[in-house]
Amino acid sequence: MIRIVKTKEKSRREQMLLRLAAFILALCAGGLFLLVLGNNPFAVYGTILSGAFRSKMAVQATIKIMIPLLIAALGVTLAFKMKFWNIGGEGQLIMGGVFASYFALFHADWPSFVLFPVMFLAGIIGGGLWALIPAFFKVRFGTNETLFTLMLNYIALYLVSWLQEDPWRDPGANGFPKIASFDKSATLPKLFGVQIGWVIALVLVVVLFVYLKYTKQGYEISVVGESRATATYAGMNVPRIILRTMFLSGAIAGIAGMVQATGSDRTLTTGIAGGVGFTAIIVAWLAQLNPVNSLVIAFLFAVLEKGSSVIQSQFGLSTDCADVLQGIILFFVLGCEFFIRYKFVRDQKPAAAPQGGNT
Amino acid sequence: MADTEYAIECRGIIKTFGSVVANDGVDLTVRYGEILALLGENGSGKTTLMNMLSGIYHPDAGTIRIAGKQVSISSPEDAMALGIGMIHQHFKLVDVFTASENIAVGTPGKRLPARVMREKVRQISQSIGLEIDPDRRAFEMSVSEKQTVEILKVLYRGQKILILDEPTAVLTPQETERLFDILRSMRAQGCAIIIITHKLNEVLAISDRVTILRKGKYIDTVNTAETDEKNLTERMVGRPVSLEIERPEPVDPKTILKIIDLTVRKPDGSLALNDANFEVRTGEILGVAGIAGSGQKELCECIAGLCPAETGAILYRKENLIGKTPREIIRLGVQLGFVPEDRLGMGLVASMGMVGNMMLKTYDAPKGPFVDPAPARRRAEELVQRLEIATPSVDTPVRLMSGGNVQKVLLGREIESDPQVLITAYPVRGLDIHSSYTVYDLLNEQKKKGVAVVFIGEDLDVLMALSDRILVMCHGQVTGVVDGRTATKDEIARLMVGAGEEAAQ
Amino acid sequence: MDLFLKFLVAAVAASIPLLFGTVGEILCEKVGHLNLGVEGLMSIGACAGFMIGMQTDSFVLALFAAFIAGMLAALIYAVLTVTFLADQNVSGLTLTIFGIGLANFIGIYMLGSTENGTLKLPEGITAQMREIHIPGLSDLPIIGQLVFSYSPFVYLGVILAIVAGLFLKKTKMGLNVQAIGHNPAAADAAGINVTRWKYIMIVLGGGICGIGGAYCAMIINSGVWISNNVGGLGWIAVALVIFAKWNPWLAILGSFVFGALRVLKYYMPQSVISLPTAFYDMLPFLITAIILVISSIRKKRDLNLPGSLGVGYFREER
Repeated sequence: MIRIVKTKEKSRREQMLLRLAAFILALCAGGLFLLVLGNNPFAVYGTILSGAFRSKMAVQATIKIMIPLLIAALGVTLAFKMKFWNIGGEGQLIMGGVFASYFALFHADWPSFVLFPVMFLAGIIGGGLWALIPAFFKVRFGTNETLFTLMLNYIALYLVSWLQEDPWRDPGANGFPKIASFDKSATLPKLFGVQIGWVIALVLVVVLFVYLKYTKQGYEISVVGESRATATYAGMNVPRIILRTMFLSGAIAGIAGMVQATGSDRTLTTGIAGGVGFTAIIVAWLAQLNPVNSLVIAFLFAVLEKGSSVIQSQFGLSTDCADVLQGIILFFVLGCEFFIRYKFVRDQKPAAAPQGGNT
Repeated sequence: MADTEYAIECRGIIKTFGSVVANDGVDLTVRYGEILALLGENGSGKTTLMNMLSGIYHPDAGTIRIAGKQVSISSPEDAMALGIGMIHQHFKLVDVFTASENIAVGTPGKRLPARVMREKVRQISQSIGLEIDPDRRAFEMSVSEKQTVEILKVLYRGQKILILDEPTAVLTPQETERLFDILRSMRAQGCAIIIITHKLNEVLAISDRVTILRKGKYIDTVNTAETDEKNLTERMVGRPVSLEIERPEPVDPKTILKIIDLTVRKPDGSLALNDANFEVRTGEILGVAGIAGSGQKELCECIAGLCPAETGAILYRKENLIGKTPREIIRLGVQLGFVPEDRLGMGLVASMGMVGNMMLKTYDAPKGPFVDPAPARRRAEELVQRLEIATPSVDTPVRLMSGGNVQKVLLGREIESDPQVLITAYPVRGLDIHSSYTVYDLLNEQKKKGVAVVFIGEDLDVLMALSDRILVMCHGQVTGVVDGRTATKDEIARLMVGAGEEAAQ
Repeated sequence: MDLFLKFLVAAVAASIPLLFGTVGEILCEKVGHLNLGVEGLMSIGACAGFMIGMQTDSFVLALFAAFIAGMLAALIYAVLTVTFLADQNVSGLTLTIFGIGLANFIGIYMLGSTENGTLKLPEGITAQMREIHIPGLSDLPIIGQLVFSYSPFVYLGVILAIVAGLFLKKTKMGLNVQAIGHNPAAADAAGINVTRWKYIMIVLGGGICGIGGAYCAMIINSGVWISNNVGGLGWIAVALVIFAKWNPWLAILGSFVFGALRVLKYYMPQSVISLPTAFYDMLPFLITAIILVISSIRKKRDLNLPGSLGVGYFREER
């Protein structure tokens, strides 16, 4: 019989090697899957890579995909660090987009130095408030945040669907329920051919890294995440910390929504989040809740997505390939985490047992 | 070798956890119709050994024979089939299940209708003179009721080998006596019983033989009738120990905290503290005695500002501390050190190193938005030196440290803050004797400095040796405050079950 | 009245994928595993059921395929969370992303091999899963339509829910399983094989979710394959578990209520209340959120909530 025993925790370096091995194994498993479908895995992987980098435009497109994913992952990181299971990145992102879109739609005539900051703030407030709802109920009544935030995702989604059906409907769309494209003056500017969102994302990476590692509030988040009792014991105001952190977590997701709507989509659709809020959780987790790692992982995921759009035309495989591969990678990494603290051993037969039969 | 006279025969058991050797060649035998006490300090491997008999762990080497037959116990299922029943220190009951359901769960055979099950439970409980309501849910039960259910579980399954892990830790002296009666009647019925304990008086009262472990090693097995407390202690600790705990005279005792009519409710609405009245004085150690769960936890947390009170007051120089947050209390100038019962879950941040933990209460002190780990690091390094804390580095997560070292970090940090009042809840729980004495010394040192020390304890002998005054609690009430130097054990034991209160009325 | 009857019948039909998902998730949560992968499990079941149904033209084989596929996918989750003690939230979410991606991926892959660019179930199988007609019974007024006029899926779902309820309430194994969910250490000490039962329940629950997915793919869109055909029903199922208080029998009622909410927009006479359709779509989620809040405000101890939900169990944890 095989059983599990605890071992000494592996060192940082061993942990990194373990994860790398898991990653490679995941690629092998994915390759096997492709092989079964009759494709050459090397060719497919090669195409994914080249597809994401083959031209300046491709790289720009890859980065464009990365922006909301990275920002949303940073938002999730804050909540998860506090062990607050915020599965609602999707909804917070949408609400950030909704709030920002209001100004993009109806106040496009404002001078850009007013409009852009206002849109930015609106995104923050939209996402932040949406995240405050579950945080409030968690703090006040202990309401399960996992399921609550999940429900809020769909509520936000149908809110957008209502907006495009009725109040914000574009009269010029021949009865099709959609929201009009934003005016050029309400669209985020570009830098090096990609919307400015990537700069925001990079700044956020640095800010969050510093915030979590070196500030008092970051320290408080770590302590609350470890144990509420310890935080209370240390004199921290736990409810306030939870509310504040969840507001920030939602606010960052809201920035992702604002950036996506006003920078990439140039309108508000029900597809504004498109699962980014969920994938962001995976990114944050793979990154071990480290903002700098998030940058790397989000970029990798963006490469996968962009590359997958190319394999569609070349191999007839759908872009969903990216989701499948992401899933496989995370399955393997989740599995490998186990070996950091545990190992399998075979039951030794009692050593000094010459006499008598083992039962 | 087919020696069937033993119910259990363990030879050369070895078990390691990572690099820690918990059992190193342990032998143990027990016969049917016999009670064996397994004696050893905390961390000597008693529970590990018993967990191997009950299938929770699996030995790395060694043989186990049950009723003369060599066996391999790889799960509790196996243990059960072999007739071994274990009553763990932390009861293994399903909270929301009724007594009947808890007894039925996991047993072979069909699920019996509630009515039939109820009758069966009644029958068995009456057969050994126990009373239990079969429909009561575990979360509504007192600890002693829970223990009764655990015993009924074993009886219901007809198991002849019973292992009890520290069964008396949570019982009143009266309940302990009743438990011993039950065990004796089970012995008379031919059961083999192992009782794990570190209380010597209980070993002498109940057991036929004693097996002693020290630091995972087998020391000896002796007949209870042929030994005494002193002899057992020396073998358990490995060297002659003076059980004398130093007790300096109080230094200029003055009242620093006055607790008046303090009443606290638990989240479920029941009374945790009921009209408590007492004083805490500087330069002395106030011991708090009582059965676990008599309100000690709430008492500590209330003084530390962590738990709201319903009525009453805690006066510090005419200032009421009730309703104030820990920070506000500090701002009043009350330097309060608190070593909570749950060290890693409340007193420390388990995943942080010593540095992170040293600044737990002071991280907010520097101006500006940033933390300053430099002073914390310095203090951590000083502490490592001064208290001989064994840790690879001051950044190693404290959860990876041993129990004794964890306590040194916690107690050390609280003492560092130069408290006027130092509250310690079960500060020696889980520590070996050497570490325990380090803690006593640290507390006495504080007392000599004029600090008001509150010591919540479970071992009456220690409380009586260390405290200047002993406050006794029962069901949330203060049933008496006695002089630590003159009070007798009987007197305190009576107060622990509330007898003193009746006498007073 | 006729409209109301039609509404009820439509509500029953709409409730079925939810019922499968909810019962599957209850079995899983009863052993303490919060599986956020229901949506993915259903998607995989949808894909397997549809594709095998198309190839074999057999309803029974399609169901079987959906069940097996759901079980295999749940096995991934079980290995990760039971044996490897991985985080349940993240594992479940990954399963959802993976499952939806895989189903869509295979769907499009299969589309590539068709001539007209659509995947449609053949006649033979659609006939097998059409609404049943029992002569005499189905012709009864009202009752006939209300009780004896559904696809075999409906009856299968209700029977499964009833059996699951009986299992939990009346059998020793059911009691043991609940002990695992409430307190795995206690169950372990009582001699119950915790690991084995966790696997069994999680995998079985996954299979049941898979059948629910097959319903989405094979019935809802009239036998035509579309991407994302589970469309969030799995998430509602996760929420429904709370509504049903972890009781498979209540799940029948809960699914019906939520099914009714989902079709309400088609049957609500505009003259009575005129609300935007998005509001109707939002209702199930809004109501679940409200239920979550209310049940937490009541603060009553929920005897059905598996106490160890979301926490892995390792016997030698010290």
